[in-house]
Formats: sequence, structure tokens, C-alpha cells
Amino acid sequence: MINTVTILPAAKNDLRSFVEKTSGQKLLRCYQCGKCTAGCPTAYLWDLTPRQVMRAVQLGLKEELMRTHSYWLCVFCQTCSARCPQEIDIAAVMDSLRHLAILEKRAPAEKEVALFHRHFLRLVHRFGKVWEVGLGGLYNLTSGHPLANTSLLPAMFARGKLPLLPHTTHNMEEIRNIFKRAEELERKSAGPETGRKA
Amino acid sequence: MPRVGVFLCHCGTNIAGVVDIPTVAEAVKQFPGVVYVDDNKFSCSEPGQAAIRQSIIDNGLDRVVISACSPRMHEITFRKAVSAAGLNPYLMEIANIREHCSWVHSDNKEAATEKAIELVKMAVAKVSLHQELFRKRISMEKKALVIGGGIAGIQAALDIANAGHQVILVEREPTIGGRMAQLDKTFPTLDCSACILSPKMVDVSQHPNIRLLTYSEVEKVQGFVGNFEVEIRQRARYVNHTTCTGCGICWQKCPEKVPGEFEEGTGQRTSVYIPFPQAVPSKPVIDTVSCRYFKYLDFIDKKMEGKKPPPCRICEKLCPPQAIDWEQKDEIIRETVGAIVVATGFKTFDHSVYGEYGGGRIPDVITSLQLERLMNASGPTLGEVVRPSDGTHPKTVVFLSCVGSRDEAKGRPYCSKICCMYMAKQALMLKEHDPGVQSYIFYIDIRAGGKDFEEFTRRAQEEFGVLYLRGRVSKIYQDDKKLMVCGEDSLIGRPVEIAADMVVLATGVEPSEGAAKVAQTLNISYDTYGFMVEAHPKLRPVETNTDGILVAGACVGPRDIPDSVAHGGAAAAKVIGLLSQDTLTTEPLTAAIDASRCTGCLLCSQICPFQAIDMVPANGKSIAVVNEGLCKGCGLCVAACRSTAPSLKGYTDAQILSEVLALCP
Amino acid sequence: MAVSYAYYPGCTLKTSAREFDESTLKVCKAAGIELTELADWNCCGASSAHSVSPLLGLSLPARDLQTAEALGKPVAVACAMCFHRLKHASHALGDAAKLKQVNQVLGKEFRNTVKVEHLLTILGSNGSSYQVTKKLEGLKAASYYGCVLVRPKEVMELDDEDNPQLMDRIVASLGAETVEWDFKTECCGASLPLSKPEVVVNLSHKILRQARQRGAECVVVACPMCHSNLDIRQKAMKAAYPGFQEMPVYYFTQLMGLAMGFSAAEMHIDKHLTDGLSLLKSKGFI
Repeated sequence: MINTVTILPAAKNDLRSFVEKTSGQKLLRCYQCGKCTAGCPTAYLWDLTPRQVMRAVQLGLKEELMRTHSYWLCVFCQTCSARCPQEIDIAAVMDSLRHLAILEKRAPAEKEVALFHRHFLRLVHRFGKVWEVGLGGLYNLTSGHPLANTSLLPAMFARGKLPLLPHTTHNMEEIRNIFKRAEELERKSAGPETGRKA
Repeated sequence: MPRVGVFLCHCGTNIAGVVDIPTVAEAVKQFPGVVYVDDNKFSCSEPGQAAIRQSIIDNGLDRVVISACSPRMHEITFRKAVSAAGLNPYLMEIANIREHCSWVHSDNKEAATEKAIELVKMAVAKVSLHQELFRKRISMEKKALVIGGGIAGIQAALDIANAGHQVILVEREPTIGGRMAQLDKTFPTLDCSACILSPKMVDVSQHPNIRLLTYSEVEKVQGFVGNFEVEIRQRARYVNHTTCTGCGICWQKCPEKVPGEFEEGTGQRTSVYIPFPQAVPSKPVIDTVSCRYFKYLDFIDKKMEGKKPPPCRICEKLCPPQAIDWEQKDEIIRETVGAIVVATGFKTFDHSVYGEYGGGRIPDVITSLQLERLMNASGPTLGEVVRPSDGTHPKTVVFLSCVGSRDEAKGRPYCSKICCMYMAKQALMLKEHDPGVQSYIFYIDIRAGGKDFEEFTRRAQEEFGVLYLRGRVSKIYQDDKKLMVCGEDSLIGRPVEIAADMVVLATGVEPSEGAAKVAQTLNISYDTYGFMVEAHPKLRPVETNTDGILVAGACVGPRDIPDSVAHGGAAAAKVIGLLSQDTLTTEPLTAAIDASRCTGCLLCSQICPFQAIDMVPANGKSIAVVNEGLCKGCGLCVAACRSTAPSLKGYTDAQILSEVLALCP
Repeated sequence: MAVSYAYYPGCTLKTSAREFDESTLKVCKAAGIELTELADWNCCGASSAHSVSPLLGLSLPARDLQTAEALGKPVAVACAMCFHRLKHASHALGDAAKLKQVNQVLGKEFRNTVKVEHLLTILGSNGSSYQVTKKLEGLKAASYYGCVLVRPKEVMELDDEDNPQLMDRIVASLGAETVEWDFKTECCGASLPLSKPEVVVNLSHKILRQARQRGAECVVVACPMCHSNLDIRQKAMKAAYPGFQEMPVYYFTQLMGLAMGFSAAEMHIDKHLTDGLSLLKSKGFI
């Protein structure tokens, strides 16, 4: 259903303030040419195209935008950023949107993508390095796709590409502190723009 | 028997590569009247022309055929060459054997040669019947008339006057300055409009070569380039401008107040008034419609019933130099001018036809020109932007572009060109006036094709936070004290609604009231909308189809200030070029009317596109006479006349027939 | 003169991209480039850390950079993604406020003075001297750089964003022929293989198809993620796109090794899921 959108003055556009602050990009520079969408390898899957995501931020359509699959489907190839005639780092804007969704503990529209990132970081947090067998296993167990990619496993194992045990970083205390302090600092500096409003 | 000389040009290999010149020369010798034939590699070259000159003299030639390229290319060149040999230049004819022959028949040389022979044969037959024709000289009145005292007219008048010519500048309003005088700032530099305009207005009033006639209109124009007879009506001002000192007591004390035209209705003026403080001339006029004394006189005159209005006359009582003159009458001023510049400018579209935007009934839906007045420090609110309804400061302002532009349904399919830029400027200025203002602009396209224009619209968005929404607004309705604006953001594809405090309609550009009438008075073309039509939209952008009448500024189409200034200057340059000549030479290839055959049916006079045929009384009837100053020799009258009274010099029936007969004896 | 680097292999070079690691080490050694593995390195955060937390995305690579800084050695990186994250961090931390924040997170002082270089630059620069003993004549290769290696240009400081040449020059120096093609930096699907394998198959297939169309017999890469997407998904591509012909995908270091006289086994050509041996055999290189 298409709802009529009430356009608020820029001063009340918390979404834009947050994105501009965290990405360092000036969103009003975007003049909606669509070159980002045109070059995006995954845009064909996005519900709001990259250009429309930029527009939604300009208009402050936070709830609508946060619900989309779009920014979760960005693979950060940065083609958009490289080609933007207004020199906006659009990929950085997508990062900001993911970050916002996580800060606000929103259920991601692309739960598999979010799950992948979560497991990936969980492993880095645990071992300091990525453990591919563990990542695949965790993902398959939690994503509801228990057999995902398993057809590749025999060949991978046979070629010694998937060691069963994780490599680890020795000074794990340091790694865990990094995770802990980064999260604390980010929550602290998140500012009033974040948070879900009724 | 005439003595015809034929000169065959090779044009390098352009002609000679296809047409066999010796064969042509041999054939041509046999044509009746031909006494001399010569050929040359390049007849247009200096040695080629010299050979033509010498042969005419040596052989006593009295008719010449040049067999070469198109007359469009070198007719003038060869007329000069013939003339240099002492022959009348119109005793020469060109046979075009290049464009009409060698270039188009290069695949068949024999046939091309044959065709070339026939083309020369026709030319020989025709030239034998040529008569000597003489150019006429007409006098040039070294004075120009400029109609319209907006920025384009001001520029044209100043440029012409500075070149040393007399200028009469006619303006309908009580002051010059036009639309530009109403504006607050100008895009994209944000110069104060009045600050850059008023020095030019003062220059006009003080220029020894400019006669300024405000409150005046051109009523009648006759004649032709160099000699236009003009009648101008100077409307009665009821103030003697010779004695008036412009002290201002009258307009300060006048008790009657009406909405001011100059303020676009956002403020009031008195009945005796100058439109704005920097007006030129800075002397008032009395508006007879609202003046109490005129109402009183009217009441007495018409023996009306009811309460008698007071015979006010306060202005008269207070005027120190006693300049109020109730007896003043309209005055007709007659002038002769050599050239005329039309710069009647534009007005803005009347948005009352947009019922969906309130049709003019919602007080806080205003026009862009009204906003200019509200933003202007010398405007009715002294520069404070307030809502007409309650005088509060609007915080959310929505602009609607293309109101009366790009709208087929409203009969205005064209783009008004200036709105995108003035909206960006106004939205930006609103933020400068009050940082708490948020502006929105609904647009179809942002048309910012001018120097520094795109950068300006970007600045409005990026630095001043003006939010552009791509889409047309469908409706504006009042919701308590707010104006609800319903549109679409077509970029994201959602209907949007904005609760605004004020809505500004970017009303489009259309020709001034009465522009079509001016065009009719001057006999120049205008389009469906009333915009003046240029002689050529690209190559003759300031000329009209009537010699000596030029156009400048927004009367031709939507134009911004720099374009209008450039256009005014361009029109002035054309005028200066004309006025720098003492006399004008006319082409003798005009129509002539045989009075004995003319029945006075008026058909020729009606169809003549140049208004070159006048009807004059002769022997108790009206007969047609061609004004050679205006006739372009198009031949329409010749074709139209049922009694074959007109003929075209140089192209008489006998001459055309001789060509036909030469071809098919 | 041997040039000495702190070598940052990255997680996958120890697991699924072992052949990249081993070929890199052998080639560099033979070329006189000294690589010492960075002590106790950690994951750069790859595509996940910055997606979730910008600060974490800067802090993880900063820890590695700090270790190298303490050593006083420039960092050599093989993996394109790791290179991207390390370069990005070092660029972003040019901002003093961010650097301060990151130092708070690290709990030690990082001054951001360390230089990060990719092996393409190190091996492709004029200073490197590898000896080609067995020219790969007649091999037609498409150099594929992927996205993160070159973008953004002003941060990666590696090569052109749309038509990079570094790898092409190296491949050409081995005697092989590089093809002109348009997909050098198009995206292969990046980190989506687990969550959206069909997207990876689609995008990677487009890349391989263009390479084939432009006359390439193999694709050469410098990124384990690209390699994985292009190499292990070819069976799925065949299923999804009838008529698709498999095409071997090599790390540029593997081809270098072969040309420098190493055996196919030493270069672990057999570790790919898409057969890389037959082509080399048919050309008589092994």
C-alpha cells in the first residue's frame, strides 16, 4: 500500500542528520541522476533502488527505509561511490544505514545477510580470525538453510581448503577489548538521532 | 538589336569538369543577339571580372549573360563588374550552370552540356528584354522610437542615444523600470535589482538625446524604414510636470488609497501617486478612476442620485508650486523616426484559472512577483515576508513551478524559462531573511541552463537546504491555519503532503497586455500567445519582417535580465547601423502598378506581406500604388491581380515568356 | 637489495586460499622480497565489521597496522579485501578525531605512520626483479581486479578504477597475452556467497562470459574472495546457464611461479575446484 508521506522540515530529519554524521557525506548533494542504480551489481534485487534510498534519506522517510531490503543487499563494491558525479560516497551511506538498523536493534529485512555478518564477527570476536568451517556451520544451523553450500564441501575438504580447526590470534584479550570498547563508544556517541519513535 | 556578351565560367572543374565549355561556347554564338562569347577559369576572380569589364568596353556590349554559379552566390559581384564597365547593372542576367546543372548532373556529361546550352539560351532571351533599372535613395530620419521602458527598452534607448542619435522612449506606465524595478534581488549574483537598475533609469531621464514619454502609448504608425510617421498619445496626468518639483506632499496627503499595481496588490497607493520611490520621472500622476475629485465631477456630470462625494482637491490645496491641473487633456505627439524598437515586455500568468490551487481565493497562496514585493526592503512590508492573511511570518513555504507554463490544458505549452531560477533565488532569500524557514520547490525539471545557474540551484539545495520535490502539485487546501499541499515525489514514487504556511506560485511569462495591438499597429507578426515574431529565430533575432522595426526583450518570448539587456543592445546596434546612413538605397526590383489597369479591388493591398501597397484616390476611384521603400519584390501582387495591373521589374511577363519561348519555340 | 615487509596474509590465505599464500611466499622469496609474517595478526573485519560498526571496522585493521608500525616495516598484503580494509583504515585515520577514538578502542598508541602495499604493486614495481625462465607464451589471460582492490582510487592508490593495468603488465611480463576487456573491476558478488549464492552465480557468470567472449582462456585474480566466487561456483553456473564453458581461475602469483620455474604442484594449481591443470598442460607449460 502506498501511504501519503508527510514531508517534514529538514531540521526534523533525524535520519539525514544521522547518516550525514556517520558517513561524512552531504546527502543534499544528491541530484537523483540514478548513476548509482545504473552501476549497482545487486540493484536488481533492491526494493528501493540506490537512488531511491538516497532520496528517502533526503526526505527523512526513516521507517519506510529501515524496513527495506535495499541497504542489506549492498555488497560494498563502491561502484556507485566511484562513479557518482556529485562525489558522494554512496556505499558509506549504506554502511550508515546498516549501522543505524543495528543500533536500533531492528529486524533486518535480509536476515541471512545480517546473520552472515553477525556470525562472521562472532568468530572474529572468539578467535581473532575467521574460521570458515565454523562460519558455514553456524550460518547453516541458524539461517534455516542447513544444507546451504554443502555440495561444495567434499571438494573443498579434499583440496585442504577447509581446515577443521580454527586459527587463532593469541592475544584474545586485546581483541575482545576492541569489540567491547568499540561498541561502548559507538553507543555513547550515537546521539539523539537514533532510536525509534512512535 | 541588343549586343549580348556571354561569359562562361569553368569554376575550376566544378562546371568545366562536367559541362563541355567549348561545345557550349560554339552553340551560344548562334543565339540571336549574341555578339561575343568568352570563357574563364574563375569569372568571379579579379582577373575574371577584369576580363568581363574589358570585353564590355572593347565590344560595345549592352547586355551581359554570366553563365556561372547561383545568383545567390555572386549576383552582386557581377553587377558591380558590369557597372564598372559603365553599363546599368540590371542589364545582366545569370545562367546558373553550376547548382542547377554541373553539380546535379555529374553522371551525364552530355546531357549536362545540353542543359547548360539551354539555360544560357533562356538567359540570352531574357536579358535582351531587360530595361535599365535604377536604385532609389530615400531619406533617413536620424531618430529612433523605443516602445517600452523596461530593462530591454532602457538599454536600447541608452545605446542608441549614446551613439549620438535622438531617441523617443515611450512607456505606458507612469514610470520606466518595468518588471525589473519590481524585483528584490536578481539571480544568480543576488545583486539588488533596484540598485543596478535605477542608475540606468536616471541616465535615461538625464540623457540629452532621449525624449522620455511616460504615461503614453503609440497609437498609429505609418511609413517605412527611414521615415516612420508615429502618433503617440500622452495621457493626461493632471499634474503639470514642468512646474511640479516632485516634493511628494500630494501623495503623502491624498486621502484615497487603492491597491497598488506596482505592489501587485500586496500594498496600497494613493490616487495621486508615483509607483515607487525611485520612479522616473519622480513626478506623480492622478488616477482618475479612484480620485475623489474625479468621482465628484462624475457624480455631477451624470447627475447621479444619492450621497454626493466630497470635492476633495486636497492635493491642489497643498501643492506648493500649484502644479495640479484639472484641465489637462490627453495630447497627441507626432514624430518622424527612422527606426523603431519594440520592447513591450511581459506580464505574469493569471493563476485564477487554477481552481485546484485556490483560484486566487486563498490569501496565503501568492504569486512569485508578490513575494518579490514582500521581500523588497522598499516594498509594502519593508522587506518582512509575512502572510497576507494574518501578518505572521511563514516558516514552511512551498513553491509551485510551471503555473501557466508547460501546461497544454491551460493553453500555455511553452516553458517560461525564468521561473526555475527565480524560485531558487526566492527560496534561498527566504532562508537569508529568516533561517527558520524551510522551503520546498515542486518542479518538473530544473532548467538552469545559464552561466552560473546550475551552481546556483545546487547552492540553494546544498547550502540553504531547499528541498526540491519532483512533481506537479494537484491541490492546495486550507486546514485550519495551514495550507495542505498535495503532490508527488516522483523520484521515490510516493504521494506527499506538506503543511505549509505560505504557497508561492511561479506564474509563467506571457506578453504584456495589449502586445498584440502594438504588433498590429506596427504591422509586425506575433504568435498565438502574442509574442512578437523575429525575422529569423536564430540568424535575425532582433529584426522583424518589416525593415526598420526591431524587437527586444521578453516581448519576443520569456527572457531573463541578462538576455533582455543583450537583446536590447543588439536591437540598438541594428538601429545605430541604420541611422548611421544618410539615405537608404532601395532595390529597384519592385512591383509597379499600371494605373490604367487597376480596378481598385484592394486584393493586392490585402495580401501584400509587407504592407507596401497603399490605395490612393485617382479619377474618382481608389487605385493601388506601390511604396518602393517597403516593397520586397516578392511578386504576390502580380500573381494575385485579376487585371494584370502589377508587374515586377526585372521579371515582367514578357521577360518570363521569352525564356519559355527560347526553350520551346 | 632485498626489500623487507611485514606480511599480512589474512584469514583465507591460511585456509581456502592457501595456494595464494604459498605461491606468494615462494615467488617473493625468489624475487628477493623478504616477507615476515606479521606477529599475532587478527582479521581485518572484512566486509562485516564496517557493515555493522564503523568503529570496529577501523579498529580491527588498526591493531594490525599498529603491530607493523612498532616493527618499523611497511605492510605487504596479498588479499584484496584485507588490503582494502587496511588502506581504508589508514586513510580514514588521517582524521585526528577518529584516530583518537580508535586509540581509545585499541588501548595503545597508534600513530598511523605505516605504509600499506599490495603485492601487485610490490611485484609489479620497477624495483622488483623476478626471473622469467619459462615463458607462458600462447596463454590468453583476462586480468580481473575486482572492486575493492582499486576503489576508491584516492584511498587505494593502486591503479585506475575502470581499466587498471598493474596485473596486466605482470601477466604480460610472463610471456602470456592479456585480453582487453570491460569487466576488470565489475563486482563478482563479494561477501554474498553464503547468504545469496544465486547472486554470486549470476554476477560471476557475467564476468567469466565476458572474459571468454573477449578471447581469454583463463582469468587471473589477486583476491581470494573473487577467486572463490569465480572458481568454486562454476558447476552452479553450468546448471544455471546452459552453454557455459568452465574456465580456470589462477592467482597471479601462481602464474608468476610457473613462469619462474616452479612446478604446478609447488604452485598448488590442483587446489582449484575448476580444473586449472589441463589448460596449462595443453599449452605445454607443465
